[in-house]
Amino acid sequence: MTTAKHSSVPSTSAAPLERSALTSALLNRRLWLGVLGWILALVIFFPIFWMIVTGFKTEAEAIADPSLIFSPTLENYAEVQSRAGYAKFALNSVVVAFGSTLLALLIAIPAAYSMAFLPTKRTKGTLLWMLSTKMLPPVGVLVPIYLLFRDTGLLDTRTGLVIVYTLMNLPIVVWMLYTFFKDMPKDILEAGRMDGAGTLQEVIYLLLPLTLPGIASTGLLAVILSWNEAFWSLNLTSSQAAPLTAYIASFSSPEGLFWAKLSAASTMAIAPIVIFGWLTQKQMVRGLTFGAVK
Amino acid sequence: MKLSRVLPIAGLAAVGATVANAETITVATVNNNDMVVMQSLTDAFEQSHPDIKLDWVVLEENVLRQRLTTDIATGGGQFDVMTIGTYEVPIWAERGWLTPLDNLPEDYQVDDLLKSVRDGLSHDDTLQALPFYAESSMMYYRQDLFDDAGITMPDQPTWQQVREWAGKLHDADQEQYGICLRGKPGWGENMALVSTMVNSFGGRWFDMDWQPQIDSPAWQEAVSFYVDLLSDFGPPGASSNGFNENLALFSRGNCAMWVDATSAAGKLFDADQSSVADKLGFAPAPVAKTPKGSHWLWSWALAVPASSDSKDAARQFITWATSKDYISLVGEREGWTSVPPGTRTSTYENPSYQQSAPFAGFVLDAIQGADPTDSTLEPSPYTGVQFVGIPEFQSIGTQVGQMVAAALTGETSVEQALQASQRATERTMQRAGYLD
Repeated sequence: MTTAKHSSVPSTSAAPLERSALTSALLNRRLWLGVLGWILALVIFFPIFWMIVTGFKTEAEAIADPSLIFSPTLENYAEVQSRAGYAKFALNSVVVAFGSTLLALLIAIPAAYSMAFLPTKRTKGTLLWMLSTKMLPPVGVLVPIYLLFRDTGLLDTRTGLVIVYTLMNLPIVVWMLYTFFKDMPKDILEAGRMDGAGTLQEVIYLLLPLTLPGIASTGLLAVILSWNEAFWSLNLTSSQAAPLTAYIASFSSPEGLFWAKLSAASTMAIAPIVIFGWLTQKQMVRGLTFGAVK
Repeated sequence: MKLSRVLPIAGLAAVGATVANAETITVATVNNNDMVVMQSLTDAFEQSHPDIKLDWVVLEENVLRQRLTTDIATGGGQFDVMTIGTYEVPIWAERGWLTPLDNLPEDYQVDDLLKSVRDGLSHDDTLQALPFYAESSMMYYRQDLFDDAGITMPDQPTWQQVREWAGKLHDADQEQYGICLRGKPGWGENMALVSTMVNSFGGRWFDMDWQPQIDSPAWQEAVSFYVDLLSDFGPPGASSNGFNENLALFSRGNCAMWVDATSAAGKLFDADQSSVADKLGFAPAPVAKTPKGSHWLWSWALAVPASSDSKDAARQFITWATSKDYISLVGEREGWTSVPPGTRTSTYENPSYQQSAPFAGFVLDAIQGADPTDSTLEPSPYTGVQFVGIPEFQSIGTQVGQMVAAALTGETSVEQALQASQRATERTMQRAGYLD
């Protein structure tokens, strides 16, 4: 990007011939980078593209030799919809993903604040210890959590899933917010304090507005992680609180053909989050590169 | 308020009250065709049982198995009806996890259920689950290719003959493979077939003292035969083919022969799904030294867990879904090839079924001929044809399945694979307390 900016600055001293050679070299480079970018994007997007295409094929076409020439059908979508109500699963996904993200942010912002601005000897250790909980395979704690949920009546409830997802995402959310907060100049907070701001005001009026891109991208990541989580949602829910991951799982089968139906169900399951991600991609990129160049 | 306005409101309130009083039961099941049909008939059940409402949890077989095991082992009580297989029933019944199903209503006609299937779902002479559908294994072949090559299928083919025919019909350049068999590792995948081959070659999983027999000559012979046959005349990448992959290959016309579940017959005969529907031949599963245990027996059954709070309603549902009337209902609504096979004698006596399912006789013979209590040449201490009815078998079967798949890909030799399997199984059995 920097080179592009420089190129747009008119250079009065360079001879016109030299300038045009320079511009064409730069254009060439940008073209190649652009082509490379597109190729990479296509490679990454291809499985999703193929899934969407397969959703419009018949089951027989879905297992036949791969081809892009076929007459599209909506029969899989009709079948998928008649077998399981999409809306109920989608609503559960929305409530659980956004609910857990909000809860995680509510807990993580004060935690990251204290770690970033009032560190102690043990702060680093605490951060690492929090992250270590992510290193345990979830199946290792399935039975204890299942028993806890059984006794507290949280099995197959959205509240239960919100709690589990909050706990699951908390280490990452705290870590990300901690790095964003640490990058913020302390002087600004100090200036606020000189003007008589208390801790709460400091957080609300200074810290949050200034690190909003970072918080937004952290939140988005937490939403996506919760949306795609399949282990806990399959194991802790049955019929009432089951989100879209359980909806997709219900179309896979060891017997009989199901690829087209599974693709249709998956397309419907990812649609909301893809649209949401597309609408908020600016925030995401801003947040992820936030503080990268000082 | 005018009466005409009050009445509809009162009516709505009454409807609301009925729905509110209805007992909701949660049914956990797998996503196989027959279960999808059952789910689509929810309305029919709710109409005939207005006080019961059905909630469905449909999952893929392995996910469902893990989900149900967690729930039943912890007494979670999340499900009122569970779809389980012949493997789970005796193990779970032994632990008191299932509600015994005695005193079934007379019009249910328990004696109409096929005996071998009923035996597989009983514990202490009491039914613990009701069979929804049952299957055995059989051989499918391409009648047109056999006719062209001048091969006549005998009443009972042998594995040796299968090998000769596969050699004659194999033409890899035309993507026509002599034989398709399961290669994907898993106790319910490749080991289902390999176990029946081992049985028929005279082998067994354990001797009467629970000593593993995987390094025995019979295993060596059976697995070598399987690996050679599939490597020489099978499709490329056979080690990743399970039931579905082979079904796709055979229905596209890529396989000359295929030995697999009887439940594939209906799909292969359906011209919408299969391009070989009019060229299909079928025969009993091949045998080697003994016909004992040469074809498997599996049934998907509906059970009521002991942890359910709605046992009565659940029982009403499972007796409905496995009844003679249910089979007729499916036959009328979905066509007779779609009825759940393998459970009732009356299904096979039904002229409409006989007419639309020409394979019915083979399936019935295969299911009736499979004896889970006596499936090996030499005596064995376990029940199950293609599995061993002990809790440890899932991990043993899958581990051995992976080694057999490794031998199939050529990663190891058959001998090494079987020796490693023997050692691993010995360790598991020692830990579980079967061996000193």
